[in-house]
Amino acid sequence: MAEYVHASGGPLFHIGRYVLMIKRSFAKPERAAMYWKETLVQMNNIGVGSLVIILLISFFIGAVSAVQFAYNLSQSMVPMYYVGFVVKESMILELAPTVSCLILGGKIGSNLASELGTMRLTEQIDALEIMGVNTISYLIGPKLAASVTMIPLLVVISAITGIWGGLLAGSMSGYVSGADYLQGVLMSFKAYNIFVMMVKSVVFGFVLTSVSCYQGFYAHGSAIEIGKASTRAVVLSCVMVLFADLILTWLLLR
Amino acid sequence: MIEVKDVRKVFGTQEVLKGISAVFETGKNNLIIGKSGSGKTVLLKCIVGLLTPTDGHVLFDEKDYVAMNIDQKNEIRRELGMLFQGGALFDSLTVEQNVRFPLDMFTHMPLSEKRDRVNEVLKRVNLVNANHKFPSQISGGMQKRTGIARAIVMNPKYLFCDEPNSGLDPQTSIVVDELIMEITQEYNITTITNTHDMNSVIANGDKIIFLHEGNKHWEGDKYSLFESDNKELIDFIFASDFLKEARDARFNKLKNKV
Ligand SMILES: Nc1ncnc2c1ncn2[C@@H]1O[C@H](COP(=O)(O)OP(=O)(O)OP(=O)(O)O)[C@@H](O)[C@H]1O
Ligand SMILES: [Mg+2]
Repeated sequence: MAEYVHASGGPLFHIGRYVLMIKRSFAKPERAAMYWKETLVQMNNIGVGSLVIILLISFFIGAVSAVQFAYNLSQSMVPMYYVGFVVKESMILELAPTVSCLILGGKIGSNLASELGTMRLTEQIDALEIMGVNTISYLIGPKLAASVTMIPLLVVISAITGIWGGLLAGSMSGYVSGADYLQGVLMSFKAYNIFVMMVKSVVFGFVLTSVSCYQGFYAHGSAIEIGKASTRAVVLSCVMVLFADLILTWLLLR
Repeated sequence: MIEVKDVRKVFGTQEVLKGISAVFETGKNNLIIGKSGSGKTVLLKCIVGLLTPTDGHVLFDEKDYVAMNIDQKNEIRRELGMLFQGGALFDSLTVEQNVRFPLDMFTHMPLSEKRDRVNEVLKRVNLVNANHKFPSQISGGMQKRTGIARAIVMNPKYLFCDEPNSGLDPQTSIVVDELIMEITQEYNITTITNTHDMNSVIANGDKIIFLHEGNKHWEGDKYSLFESDNKELIDFIFASDFLKEARDARFNKLKNKV
């Protein structure tokens, strides 16, 4: 495995090495307690560390969607409580999972890639390897575990914040009263859409974390490479999240 | 005892190691010397398994390490300590946590026992009162010593040091060298050290292997070192013209006496 660190090749090489990495990140831990401790650290970094930015962005997205949609409705015959309905639907189905994960792709992606890249270039990963630690499962497993639990939670928070932001902006701008908005939010509530949101957020979380870890873990060269690896991590996570979004939407909403 | 047999390593089109065979003895500090780029680090990494040799064998007490699967390798690795050129300390952990890491990962000792063991090895490397500092808060020499402490905390049978005294002042450098020497003899470890520091070669060279452009060019000890007429070795030892002149002057003096 060590051998493949310094290698490079075409897309097929990277896909193969990526798949192997994923497979090995599920290897049995040497010491469950150490892995658990590391997972908690990562849950804190990924979850708590991203809370503020998710709150901020979701609030504004919800608010802007509400005002924009209300503006469009105001020139039509459609009742105003539809604003609540539309903001809820778009937050749950698309905006909360996708936009949050694009933001997280930037934040978590660059963090993970530069953390692992630094560990690689300062030989910390080699030091673990020499001790007989399964480096992939110890370094990447807990990050994946933390992501697929914390990111769905963040996405739920994002959806709630966005809907609430819409309520606030809608009523403050005078387009739609709080009561009407809430009536729209509660209208034709589909549990399936929540399911779609959760599936998306688990998949996106997994994709952006594994892609970023891959970039950092296999970084090689000089210190400049860490910067390049984290840029690649961000760009690639975002593209892969969008790609996964398209596929999942096709598969789940037919 | 560690034995390498005909180890070759090729990167792309560059043949970095061209078939090296050598024996590294137990209880001795075996030195690999050679100028920058001669392949010392690559050889060391091939021995510990961070790189896989293109050809050849690495035997740890007769067992073929290259042919082992990852689980068997991990067994050997638990008996192996390595000091990296840059220290390679985990920078999110304190000195104490760094040294304790292998114990946390691989032993079932209770915490108090682990703490005792950590303090014991930290004392052994003369590093007290730094337990709760982070690697970024201690000096290069202290980082090296923390690295040694972490490498020996599991009582390894094999110890590897890549340039243990690069970046250290001459005095600290001697302290680190002596430490490695003492530990090697005290616990009867097979130690392999990469170096291009002549002071440390002269002080510790029980067994020396000289690499030149990927070949083993010479082998011996610190006494035979200066009698050798191997041209590349002489160029390496007496790197500066000043040293060469000093040597020739002394040589002429000796000749005149005869
Ligand atoms: N991963 C790698 N990929 C390609 N070439 C490599 C790799 N590692 C080392 N080399 C090449 O192998 C040669 C030997 O490098 P090595 O690091 O072993 O030298 P060294 O003897 O340790 O030098 P120094 O004293 O400067 O540490 C160099 O020419 C280097 O370019
Ligand atoms: Mg080197």
